[in-house]
Amino acid sequence: MTTEQFSGAEMVVKALSALKVKYIFGYPGGSVLDLYDAIFQQDDIEHILVRHEQAATHMADGYSRATGEVGVVLATSGPGATNCVTGIATAYMDSIPMVVLSGQVPTTLIGNDAFQETDIVGCTRPIVKHSFNCRKLTDIPNIIAKAFYIASTGRPGPVVVELPKDLMLPQIKAPFNIETKVKMRSYNPNVKGHPKQIKKAVKTITDAKRLVVYSGGGIVLADASDLLTTLVETLKAPITNTLMGLGGISGTHENFIGMLGMHGSFEANKTMANADVILALGARFDDRVTNNVEKFCPNATIIHVDIDPSSISKTINAHIPVVGLVDNVMHQLLDELKASQFTPDETALAQWWQQINLWRDMRSVDYKQVEGEKIKPQRVVEAMYKITNGEAYVASDVGQHQMFAAQYYPFAKPRQWINSGGAGTMGFGLPAAMGVKLAFPDKHVICITGDGSIQMNIQELSTCLQYNLPVVIVTLNNRSLGMVRQWQDMVYDGRHSSSYMESLPDFIKLAEAYGHVGIKIDSLDELDSKLTQAFNIKNKLVFVDVLVDEKEHVYPMQIRHGAIDEMWLEKGVKA
Amino acid sequence: MRHILSILLENEPGALSRIVGLFSQRAYNIESLTVAPTDDNSLSRITIATIGDDNVLEQIVKQVNKLIDVIKITDLTERKHVERELLLVKVVAMNDKSRTEVKRISDIFRGAIVDIGKQVYTIELTGSSDKLTAFLETLSHETEIIESVRSGCVGIARGEKALRV
Repeated sequence: MTTEQFSGAEMVVKALSALKVKYIFGYPGGSVLDLYDAIFQQDDIEHILVRHEQAATHMADGYSRATGEVGVVLATSGPGATNCVTGIATAYMDSIPMVVLSGQVPTTLIGNDAFQETDIVGCTRPIVKHSFNCRKLTDIPNIIAKAFYIASTGRPGPVVVELPKDLMLPQIKAPFNIETKVKMRSYNPNVKGHPKQIKKAVKTITDAKRLVVYSGGGIVLADASDLLTTLVETLKAPITNTLMGLGGISGTHENFIGMLGMHGSFEANKTMANADVILALGARFDDRVTNNVEKFCPNATIIHVDIDPSSISKTINAHIPVVGLVDNVMHQLLDELKASQFTPDETALAQWWQQINLWRDMRSVDYKQVEGEKIKPQRVVEAMYKITNGEAYVASDVGQHQMFAAQYYPFAKPRQWINSGGAGTMGFGLPAAMGVKLAFPDKHVICITGDGSIQMNIQELSTCLQYNLPVVIVTLNNRSLGMVRQWQDMVYDGRHSSSYMESLPDFIKLAEAYGHVGIKIDSLDELDSKLTQAFNIKNKLVFVDVLVDEKEHVYPMQIRHGAIDEMWLEKGVKA
Repeated sequence: MRHILSILLENEPGALSRIVGLFSQRAYNIESLTVAPTDDNSLSRITIATIGDDNVLEQIVKQVNKLIDVIKITDLTERKHVERELLLVKVVAMNDKSRTEVKRISDIFRGAIVDIGKQVYTIELTGSSDKLTAFLETLSHETEIIESVRSGCVGIARGEKALRV
């Protein structure tokens, strides 16, 4: 037994090190100075200094989405911590494992409205999976171990740990004990599907004539795309992905019928609407998928597999609920299919696919690019797909460009597509891309963004220079808040209330001012060549400002309050 | 429909606020809420009386269960149970007539007068929430209610069934 003594700050660093943390994303301040001093005196963990704490959370988030590891954030008390709130909410909505370490004023001052005091545990309560207040020095290592365990198991999510300054002091020391194998009597995520439910599910799948697999972010989080592909190929069924689930199966797989939902493909939404059995895997029937729940797929028997029981029958009643980790359940389903000697009903399948292919032939996602006219944003995404062989990590901001990225960059693999799906956080893209680049410095990492979103965390261009993070930023610049504008066109008779940008900066000069390369593209002729040039610059961040057609809308689009398959196919054209 | 939920959870700081926060965040109804440590000091037990249809109740139970501090939750109203609430009520008892009447009503409801002032009686009554409401209603016809406080209901399942770790 060692009797070596450590300060609270040293314990935090030692605990993180024991949990194999490589990076902390953060920003120093009064209450965490001792912690920063402890970080300074070790080499296991690298600290990445951001320019705004919100960006630290998104960087940690992007890092986590790309690697599957827990993202770690460090912020000081008060404003440092509250700046993390948006990033925590973003991670929470998309079930991203994250641990946010927040400074706090000394325990003796808590509740006194002390300088930079905020009840961050209180502020974040509705948007965390759990949170901890540390009140005793010796508790610190195991609280951090628990935080990681909770963040990364079951349905993952962010965990906040509040560290009061007086627990960090270098002169107050205690022995360090950590139990990295955490057990909690109040938290045992149910990991396997109930065998009876598996049997029921397989029976229903076997009897189905028009089966569709609908999979979401759960597949990505569980790294279960190979299993999913095997399952889909065994069933020979059509599969659609949610926005969060893209890459769960290859976007070019012949059974893949596109994303579903608000801007999903016509064939995906039609297939859902006409299915007799929906097998939902790690998806949560979000309102951006279902459209009007009253009209949602009335003839379908729904099998819903999810690790979170509260996601099941929340918006759409599940006929066969299966609670369990999606990879375990898929193993169980495959085993049961085998045991029951499942063979697909070829006649029914042929009819079903014939119907689906008719919907596919509508080519609902297509757009029209006329030579000599303004660049269509879709065309830019297509060009990037070709140049990067579809192998880039794509981090997106929020708006029209996000939907174009989802529609025109078919992702071959999970974790390639990094976007704020649930929260819809503008400003997410750049810092998320930076987190990905840090994890995969040799891969192409694109931040697809808009002239609105990029300005919400543009200060991080400075961080990119400091840590040499040469991401490629591609701004689909339409001089307006495109998605807002689209809704105003469609729902508000074209009254563009505060949706246009009258004083955009010169992004090229801005990129250069931050020490990067800027490339402007404003005609179709030079699109491919200049984009290629941008991707050929490996050691410098390139900011590509593409002036695109500001009038372009994202189609197809569900008609509000309608059924899942009631859609606008283009301006003024209903399906 | 009214439901009584019993929740067994870790006796940790902030655990109660997570429950209360969840109810307000998701717009669930709280009719009453009581909380105290159990015989095992590391555990707290919360009883919440709430109103909602089956779908809402299913979500409440699932969402509460999802909280990390929560060990178990059960809907007592699903099966036979005992439910009690404590009432303390201070009423005007100025003259013989009103004193006699208050004492008589209190006896009928099996309440106890626990404090007497120059012009007031304080009565303690335990029972189902309905009984307490009926008692207050009856009292209000005979005298003036100065102040009343109710504990919110607590409950326990009948028979062998127990909510424990």
